Amino acid sequence: MIIDLLSDICLLLGGFFTLTGAIGLLRLPSFYTRLHAASVTESLAAPLLIIGIMLDTGFTLDSAKLVLIILIMVVANPTITHALCRAAAHGGNTPEMEITSSDKNQSQTEAELSGKESK
Amino acid sequence: MIENLHLIIDVCLLAFLVLIAFTAMKVTNLFVATMLFGIFSFVAALLFLDLDAVDVAFTEAAVGAGFSTVLMLAALRLTGAVENAKHRHSALGLFIVILTGAALIYGTADFPNMGDANAPVHLHVAPEFIQLTQEKIDIPNVVTAVLASFRGYDTFGETVVIFSAGVAVLLLLGMGHVEPKQEPEQNTVLWIVVKPFIALILIFGLYVQFHGDFGAGGGFQAGVIFASGIILYSLVFGEGYARKVIPSEILPRLAALGVLIYGVTGLASLLSDKPFLDYNALSSNPVAGQHMGIILVEAGVGLAVFSTVLLIFYSFSGVNHNE
Repeated sequence: MIIDLLSDICLLLGGFFTLTGAIGLLRLPSFYTRLHAASVTESLAAPLLIIGIMLDTGFTLDSAKLVLIILIMVVANPTITHALCRAAAHGGNTPEMEITSSDKNQSQTEAELSGKESK
Repeated sequence: MIENLHLIIDVCLLAFLVLIAFTAMKVTNLFVATMLFGIFSFVAALLFLDLDAVDVAFTEAAVGAGFSTVLMLAALRLTGAVENAKHRHSALGLFIVILTGAALIYGTADFPNMGDANAPVHLHVAPEFIQLTQEKIDIPNVVTAVLASFRGYDTFGETVVIFSAGVAVLLLLGMGHVEPKQEPEQNTVLWIVVKPFIALILIFGLYVQFHGDFGAGGGFQAGVIFASGIILYSLVFGEGYARKVIPSEILPRLAALGVLIYGVTGLASLLSDKPFLDYNALSSNPVAGQHMGIILVEAGVGLAVFSTVLLIFYSFSGVNHNE
């Protein structure tokens, strides 16, 4: 009973993070922020979904395989994100490092962001 | 409810396929188009999985989404990533395309409905295969039995096709010669993560190879998976180092050896007065003979596919270094 509830919670959370990742991928302004949104989907949502399925299937050989899949995902996906970042930086796409020390700067950045978004 | 769920998933996936295909057609950046093709293959694999065609889904994911994408990227290194901006709209071309499309759609009208239990294939061929697999071959995976034993001729043809594709690429591009870089680019994170992963991929390849009788998979998938382990090594550590592990000279020989193993298995039965590729002749016990034949043939397929895939990858990446 409690396990069913936990499974549902995991599945819902996983679905929620997938959705936020997808929205972020579409809406965020630059390559690196988009990559961040995508990596949330990979390294948080997918394991949550799999844990939800595992709780549902119970203690079987299938859930052991699912544990392996989670392990592979948790190790591989951040590495892929890292490799993508490296490749982007190598290709000349340097992240915008504007440090918002004052309010004026911050409002400038926001203006820029919204300007890009409207494009 | 469950039936409806499958239908909904199928329709969604098919809609995705159409969308991806149109986007890939519209996009002028070839890099994006390559990625879209990879996604297309992966969605197709999901569709096959939902239709319970696990072996086909496995092949589609390994070859279509995995290896083809790497190959296309390697080709993009040679051609550049932007399509030539020459879009001529010819009325004749449009006419031919519409005519062909209409003919194809007209042809589908003769198909039995999806999941129709009275379709000819479910009335004649499939029951026979399922029954004979239990009686004569005695392995759980009917797909492997059909592929390696009942339809051994077809699979032999496919193996030869793959081999000749490798030979054609070799004749066109050559293998090139790549020396390992003196100081490979430092990339600690990738190195640490990729090393155990390569070991896992290679072991998984062997598992798929030798477990093909019991579960999804077989020589084709195993060959691609094993080769992708080496390709991963080559991508992360550098082409020259991969060529030190598996020298380019032995690949054509290995591919030929794979086809040879397949053919010799067929000849062995021919020598003992049985038809070509009749594995019953391989042992005094027909069922054991079938097991032996399937393992031998799958080994030949795996070897041929592995070396051809790696050979094509070496050829594509070798051209760049020569210039």
